[in-house]
Amino acid sequence: MSSPVAAGHPPAAPSSPSAPPFPPALHERPEDEQLLAAKLVPLRRPGQWASALVLVVLLAMLVHTLLTNRRFQWDVVGSYFLNGSIVDGLKLTLWLTAAVMASGYLLAVGVAAMRLSGNPVLRSLSFGFVWLVRSVPPLVQLLFWYELASLYPQLSLGIPFGHEFVTVRTAHLFSGILAAFVGLTLDVAAFASEIVRGGILSVEHGQTEAAEALGLGKVRIFRRIVLPQAMPAIVPASGNLLIGMLKATSIVSVIAVQDLLYSSQLIYNQNYLIIPLLLVATLWYIILTTLLSIGQFFVERHYARGSNRGGGSARTGFWQLFRGNVPLGLS
Amino acid sequence: MSEQIHDESTRPLVRIRGLRKSFGANLVLDGVDLDVHEGEVTVLLGPSGSGKSTLLRSINHLEKPDAGFVEVGGEIIGFRHQGGSLHELGHRAITRQRARVGMVFQQFNLFPHLTVLENLTEAPVAVRGLSRKSAALQAKALLERVGLGGREDAYPRQLSGGQQQRVAIARALAVEPQLLLFDEPTSALDPELVGEVLAVMKDLALSGMTMIVVTHEIGFAREVADSVVFLDGGRVIESGPPADVLANPGHERARSFLSAVL
Ligand SMILES: Nc1ncnc2c1ncn2[C@@H]1O[C@H](COP(=O)(O)OP(=O)(O)O)[C@@H](O)[C@H]1O
Ligand SMILES: [Mg+2]
Repeated sequence: MSSPVAAGHPPAAPSSPSAPPFPPALHERPEDEQLLAAKLVPLRRPGQWASALVLVVLLAMLVHTLLTNRRFQWDVVGSYFLNGSIVDGLKLTLWLTAAVMASGYLLAVGVAAMRLSGNPVLRSLSFGFVWLVRSVPPLVQLLFWYELASLYPQLSLGIPFGHEFVTVRTAHLFSGILAAFVGLTLDVAAFASEIVRGGILSVEHGQTEAAEALGLGKVRIFRRIVLPQAMPAIVPASGNLLIGMLKATSIVSVIAVQDLLYSSQLIYNQNYLIIPLLLVATLWYIILTTLLSIGQFFVERHYARGSNRGGGSARTGFWQLFRGNVPLGLS
Repeated sequence: MSEQIHDESTRPLVRIRGLRKSFGANLVLDGVDLDVHEGEVTVLLGPSGSGKSTLLRSINHLEKPDAGFVEVGGEIIGFRHQGGSLHELGHRAITRQRARVGMVFQQFNLFPHLTVLENLTEAPVAVRGLSRKSAALQAKALLERVGLGGREDAYPRQLSGGQQQRVAIARALAVEPQLLLFDEPTSALDPELVGEVLAVMKDLALSGMTMIVVTHEIGFAREVADSVVFLDGGRVIESGPPADVLANPGHERARSFLSAVL
């Protein structure tokens, strides 16, 4: 492989006696006409073909066992796939994820902006928030919000250490679903704020200066100039976070919120069809994740406007990208 | 330009007095005084690191001075004089002042995610309150003026460096500034593209725009400038009409700089 010919320059001393002399002697060199007429032979890639073969065999084995092992009970999977409480659980998972991501990202943009501001109080506050939330496991956070009543039986609005105007009993305040919403929102906010901050830092400072020199206001510069340019850096990591959160919402089962996973657990607790019902939930998660990944592709393409990577006039299609990423080079 | 007669009683558009600025222990501007009258073109010359960019950036408050002041059109930039003190202005007021001073950067700094037209309409819509439609009309006229009519739907990356810089000039003009600042506008360009940008700048100068230009293009200074200011170590060491300053500079540092760039 590492012959001196491949290295592209004549070696000081030939490393192996069998290597042909470089450059070849004058009379051995091909004529220009011969080179121009020569056929181009692409580099062979035997490794790619071997790995493809292994993959195909493994895939066949997987399909085989899925189909022939009767204990998967695909008929049961089929009959529960669109079951009423499964679909209700699916709906809850969907809207909880959507609500948590939306409010989490709204908070995250604020937290990231605070962290990047010149105000040291806001900077420390933002840092402290991210540090605290990232340090606490989401499950603990969830239980904490759910059990808030045992820590603070009532919350009051009023002058600090003084008169209280409104008092609410926390037992009524945090239902399981609200605890889940608050806990997961804070979690998303902390992680997403770091993603957003990284995206903002990736935008050249000259962009802000040019916008300032035009007399644009702070908020407008952020919204119209910096944030859109930060998006290509923000979107892939956010897609990750979104898909992670879709599945992470399943921890709400510990506080008896009936999401997709907990609904199937409730069913198999009664009929003991554990594997098929877990498969029902898994299939739904796979379908949702696939849809989200496709959505992410289009969002990324939208924000590639004006860059050389797609966007503008020469657009890369989804199919082309898919083909480019599948190792079996069939072209 | 030169046919304009400056009555000493008319106040210069730009007055800089005793401007000082350091970055840490590095004293970058060491008491700069400068006047620029309306319709005049001033070229700033000086070796690298002499504080030219910092001086230019102080004029629209991208840098905050440590001492001294910059006045544009009778208004102190970035501060309000009251009761014997200069009070720092809030963000809104500074933003309003900046809209009166346009700036063209060495690296163009066009907004890459916006089309040429959107680059030109963003500020007029936000700052001058124009409707999208009239901003677009104005933008098209400006693009004609810099020789880029018909390119409004291109993205910056699809243009050559010279074209991008001409778009950047049009963008700065779109907010109708009283004063245009240029920081080495041709230094990032391939040599064959320098001419088209200088031609647009010369056109602007002839139309009566007040300009302060940092450049190493001595030919431009000689032909277009009303005055040339020589900066070294954060001080003005020489200033006057180009014929005097460029032909026989009195200061040794100015002489050696000129012989290096000519
Ligand atoms: N933001 C900054 N922070 C620290 N030092 C700076 C900054 N901007 C400029 N300087 C320093 O100030 C000096 C003058 O810079 P500049 O005004 O850019 O000079 P010129 O444009 O004449 O080359 C240089 O030594 C430079 O390193
Ligand atoms: Mg400079």
